[in-house]
Amino acid sequence: MIGRFLLALALAGGTLLAQAADPAATDRFDYGLVPQKIADNSWAFVGRTEDITRDNGGNIVNTAFVVTAEGVVVIDTGPSRRYGEQMRAAIARVTDRPVIRVFNTHQHPDHFLGNQSFSGVPMAALPAAQAGMREQGGAFADNMYRMAGDWLAGTEVTVADQAAQAGRLTIGGHEFELIALEGHTGGDLAIFDRTTGVLYAGDLIFLDRAPTTPHASITHWRAALDTLAALPVKRTLPGHGPVHDDRRGIGQTRDWLDWLDDTLSRAATSGMDMAEVMVLPIPERFVQMPLARSEFERSVTHLYGRYEQQTLNTAAPSRLKQK
Amino acid sequence: MKQLLVALWLALGLGAAAGAADPLGSSRWPDLQREYAGNAPVTFDSRVEVLAPKVAEDSMNVPVTIKFRNLPDVKRVLVVADFNPIVKVLDYQPLLAQPGLSFRIKLQQASPIRALVQTGDGKWYAGGVWVDAAGGGCTAPSTGRSAPDWASTLNQVQARVFHDGQNQRVRLRIMHPMDTGLAPGIPAFYIEQLAVEDASGEAMLRMETFEPLSENPVFSFDLPDTGKAALRVVGRDNNGNRIDAMVQP
Repeated sequence: MIGRFLLALALAGGTLLAQAADPAATDRFDYGLVPQKIADNSWAFVGRTEDITRDNGGNIVNTAFVVTAEGVVVIDTGPSRRYGEQMRAAIARVTDRPVIRVFNTHQHPDHFLGNQSFSGVPMAALPAAQAGMREQGGAFADNMYRMAGDWLAGTEVTVADQAAQAGRLTIGGHEFELIALEGHTGGDLAIFDRTTGVLYAGDLIFLDRAPTTPHASITHWRAALDTLAALPVKRTLPGHGPVHDDRRGIGQTRDWLDWLDDTLSRAATSGMDMAEVMVLPIPERFVQMPLARSEFERSVTHLYGRYEQQTLNTAAPSRLKQK
Repeated sequence: MKQLLVALWLALGLGAAAGAADPLGSSRWPDLQREYAGNAPVTFDSRVEVLAPKVAEDSMNVPVTIKFRNLPDVKRVLVVADFNPIVKVLDYQPLLAQPGLSFRIKLQQASPIRALVQTGDGKWYAGGVWVDAAGGGCTAPSTGRSAPDWASTLNQVQARVFHDGQNQRVRLRIMHPMDTGLAPGIPAFYIEQLAVEDASGEAMLRMETFEPLSENPVFSFDLPDTGKAALRVVGRDNNGNRIDAMVQP
């Protein structure tokens, strides 16, 4: 009920703002999705390396599709019903084969809120990601409305209906390796197409965009990067940032996580409080990276409590109280 | 939205009546100023520094650090969040403490967070920042309420003292639900008073605390170094439960 109320408010607010800024408001909900060919039969929609805003409608994420002999495999569905619909239309301009399978790399809303537009197609995610979508999907959608406004109109949470199984899976001549990992969230599915050599890394890899950590475990994330680094990858599609052929994405993500871990650890052992940690300097090599400061601030909120808790001891009750 | 509020406020002609214009452009400020500073003038002063994130990533735990390093003779620090349903966060007397403190608050919606600092001559100085928030921080039940054993750790203190050669930083975490009374069916239940005392029982700092402080509140204070002597943390909540713990240096 409260959700609906917020939704109505968000819609009303979004409409007012849109009308004030631009009379031709309806034209504004075109994400302008243009598939970028990244390998044989393989395309990506590369989003902007920005935060979610009413200007970009949440198109800040990378999604992809592979046209196999059996039909189209979709990897992540974007931040909204509209994005999913426009993605489907863009796929239809490339091939007349049907979409036969959807994978969600993890539970975050920019990667799965477009699922609704693929209803009827089998959709798979790791069990932890399915649980995350079920439990937090509503709150994710509310927050997307708050940030992106009317772009989200009509978006309903559609949880992936199948549990993805780790291992090799051949679909229409493409041999996919599904790799069950964790670290960015509790269930991160990386998909390596052994036929083309493309790694669909989801948000385990960020490039030239600061990594996000709302459900992260730095320890597990580092281990996941080790696993990905061992694959014979020719080209990588990160969850956010450009397609690349070298190991820059893994290297930069690891570098950021190492710096984050070291910074939070030192801050906690020197007795700093959260708001003080948030204003610590960002190293030169990350200063130009989009969203470095705001993601660092967010990461302090997500992670610092664990570091700080390790430094606190249980104090003794005073003698007076024991009497 | 902020600009709209400022415009509205100016249009209503309240600006002249309110004295110095609020640099944060909040429609609540004239009322808050009257309520907390009475007729005394309030100067917005860069020496009163409020650190908080631009966006509240977790509305239940918005970290705030207040600094007033270059203001002499500070007697009292009031912290308020304009648009919280319960505005007052804490009322702090630094006594012997160094000029600053850190804590976390619940935020119900986007709001300025301000420190109003009063010096010995009765003058008020103010600083603050806007924090954007998805909201709901004050009307949600505390998470401890869903754990069966919250009562067994009630008012337990976790602490650590950090020495830098001159001062000692005292960090405290006090286990308490800090219920605002705004979540349906859960009455207000929060720490009301807190003090840190030296070995002789003299208060080194003292404060009144209110519902918007986060659950299991965490504080940081900087005190003159008391060497090997233990500190004592005392206080009570609004149900009369006492807080009383010895913190080893």
